[in-house]
Amino acid sequence: METIVNVPVLATNEEGYLKNYKDWTEQWAIDVAAGNGIQLTDKHFQVIRWLRQKQDEGVALTIRKVGHSGIVDIKQFYQLFPGGPLKLSSKIAGIPKPVSCI
Amino acid sequence: MAINQENMKDLLILGGGTAGTMMANKLRKALHAEDWVITVVDKDPLHYYQPGFLFIPFGIYQPEDVIRRKIEFMGEGIDLLIRDVSEIKPEENKVLLKDGGELPYDILIIATGSQVVPEETEGLKDALWYKDIFDFYTYEGSTELAKKLKTWNGGKLVINLSESIIKCPVAPLEFCFLADAYFSERGIRDKVEISYVTPLSGAFTKPKATRMLSSLLGEKNIKVIPDFYVYKVDNDRKVLVSYDEREVPFDLLVTIPVNKGSDVIGNSGMGDEDGLNFVPTDKFTLQSKKAQNIFVLGDATNVPTSKAGSVAHFEAEILTENILSFIKGLPLEARFDGHSNCFIETGFGKAVLIDFNYNTEPLKGTFPFPVVGPLGLLKESRANHWGKLAFRWVYWHLLLTGKKIPVSTKMSMAGKETGEEVAV
Repeated sequence: METIVNVPVLATNEEGYLKNYKDWTEQWAIDVAAGNGIQLTDKHFQVIRWLRQKQDEGVALTIRKVGHSGIVDIKQFYQLFPGGPLKLSSKIAGIPKPVSCI
Repeated sequence: MAINQENMKDLLILGGGTAGTMMANKLRKALHAEDWVITVVDKDPLHYYQPGFLFIPFGIYQPEDVIRRKIEFMGEGIDLLIRDVSEIKPEENKVLLKDGGELPYDILIIATGSQVVPEETEGLKDALWYKDIFDFYTYEGSTELAKKLKTWNGGKLVINLSESIIKCPVAPLEFCFLADAYFSERGIRDKVEISYVTPLSGAFTKPKATRMLSSLLGEKNIKVIPDFYVYKVDNDRKVLVSYDEREVPFDLLVTIPVNKGSDVIGNSGMGDEDGLNFVPTDKFTLQSKKAQNIFVLGDATNVPTSKAGSVAHFEAEILTENILSFIKGLPLEARFDGHSNCFIETGFGKAVLIDFNYNTEPLKGTFPFPVVGPLGLLKESRANHWGKLAFRWVYWHLLLTGKKIPVSTKMSMAGKETGEEVAV
């Protein structure tokens, strides 16, 4: 018998970032990651949860900060989320697109 | 140092650069000499006009144009102490000096600025340092680069930002524009390939300014390589290598190394969690998040705006008000809006002026500038170039000494063309 997972469609902006980060679910993250060619592992989820925690704390994120998280170094972060790791991981974590402040 | 009377209070300022000097002069005028001792501590007796470093490599400024003695800018009743600070002890309200002494304070202002740290990137300060790799954010780097450029006959010139949080974020772009003009004037522009390699996704961060600057870069045949986060420099092969293993070859590398706050901040455990030693600071009141009697301004803060002299100037106005409120036990009501204002030198005697804050990106329009008249915003003009050069006089004679400059502390929308894309 086939199991059909009913994933609700969540509201995103034109770039695919979640409009409300509280809407986020693990399944949504898995689907978005798959759409970007990434199969999420435990390590991915550790990073994602850390990003969400920082969002809760109101901390502005940079790649360097993720590299100081104790979870991954910058090189590993690039391996987990190839291309633009902070933009991609933020999208999968359901938090807003990182903004540069200068 | 003045002998402290028992009933006198200590206001201690760490750093006698642009921000620290302005604060000392403003507060000295505002606080009674019989109530408050104001002391500025800095390890270097010399004051550098840092915006001038950009012009030294191209021979536009000579080294002597940018150096004065710090003491010249300290008003009467300010003690300047040339000593090296090792640590801040917020719980004990004192600062430790490297030679073993200590300085107590009632109020501490941190104005320790930022510094370039090439050691943060593997291979940057190595065999090719000051041979084929140069910075221009230091006096030494800019003067060494001036010598190099005089005799360099072309090849791949790469300008690379190691990090996205840097002092004067437009200076690397200005360097590209001035290099284009410099090699054109030397008649070898066709032998120089200029690339701007940045960890950002475009030439700048704010959309409208990025569009304007990208089109200027295109016109001047300067190639932008975005999203390139440098991991190391291979000195043997002369290539930059990114974290995702892309490579950019160079013949001459002009680097903007990782910028960090002072080591004192790191030693005191007072830095932000990215390890860059910038001090967590309330972005509106400029009070430190660590202690109520510690305030921070200039490059030393982690507030989300540019690290630049204009920002330090606007912050100094706000912080003066807030410190006076703090002394009286009143709430800190003056709010810094992130106001930043800078001239972007674009070469061939022209410049662009941009004006923005936390919420409003740089827009087109005109900027009401006293005496010179309105200056064009977000577009090239000769008047802006003269504004930029005139600023050095304003800096030495008005800004540092805390005199009022007729430019509004809060960003004004007057003269700006808002369009529909303005962030609110």
